[in-house]
Amino acid sequence: MRVAVPVFPGSNCDHDALHACGTVMGWEAIPVWHQETRLPDNTELVIVPGGFSYGDYLRCGAIAALAPIMADVKRHADNGGLVLGVCNGFQILCEAQLLPGALLRNESLRFIHADVHLRVERADLPFTRAMKAADVFQVPIAHAEGNFTIDPADLADLEARGGVAFRYCSPKGEIGAEHVPNGAMNGIAGIVNLRGNVLGMMPHPERAVDPKLGPTGGLGMFRSLAEAFARA
Amino acid sequence: MKVRVSVQLKPGILDPQGKAVEHGLHGFGFEVEHVRIGRLIELDVPGDDVAEVRAKAQAMCDKLLVNPVMEKASIEVL
Repeated sequence: MRVAVPVFPGSNCDHDALHACGTVMGWEAIPVWHQETRLPDNTELVIVPGGFSYGDYLRCGAIAALAPIMADVKRHADNGGLVLGVCNGFQILCEAQLLPGALLRNESLRFIHADVHLRVERADLPFTRAMKAADVFQVPIAHAEGNFTIDPADLADLEARGGVAFRYCSPKGEIGAEHVPNGAMNGIAGIVNLRGNVLGMMPHPERAVDPKLGPTGGLGMFRSLAEAFARA
Repeated sequence: MKVRVSVQLKPGILDPQGKAVEHGLHGFGFEVEHVRIGRLIELDVPGDDVAEVRAKAQAMCDKLLVNPVMEKASIEVL
């Protein structure tokens, strides 16, 4: 499996993604500078990493969405290739209009770093197929702008078409405002596009995969991707 | 021509920064409500036709300066 990780000025989770894919999963994981215009040939998965691309200037992800490499990421997505955006990567995918909605400042106004629990809403995706619907997994968050927002009509559409991939929940999988760390609408932690090949999420599965470093709640997603590629 | 683009969060969008500032002002005893924080962008746009310059600024808003999911803009050609 060949994974490309675009690197923007200010990305800081690119190495986490490369470590998770390369060292932990044993995939070929290639960093790609944002000024490049082509992803490596035969890229199967693009992980748009977290961080503070371009210092979060203007809006989080707004400038990175215009970077030369993003045109090829869009082409890759249009061809059905897999794209996973984590944290700032999620913000970039929204700004690039690969995903709907936007990420606002956390309701508390604070940067939040914490371990959170996510409930799997879609277990039929290449990103989740090794998990089951309503499974709960623990992963860290670390963001100041993770408050997912979308027009009410678009929210209804998103929910109706099963666009919500993950929701914040209690350790037992209960849903409720008290389990949402950042004020996100409907407790949305991650969403997927209509075709099911572009997923954005605020939590960091790539930071929870190596037992040497801590809990491994994020492994389910990487095992899912491995399964998806074994079949392809 | 000098153009001033004022970007505001849309009315329905929660503005926690505005809320925090409002609380701060209440702390000083000011009676104030609906405090909203926005962004002011100044641009020098070549051309001397106001309508044309405004149209260019609008295109800039559509492409980059404004995220229509959460923001709206007003354009002032000075």
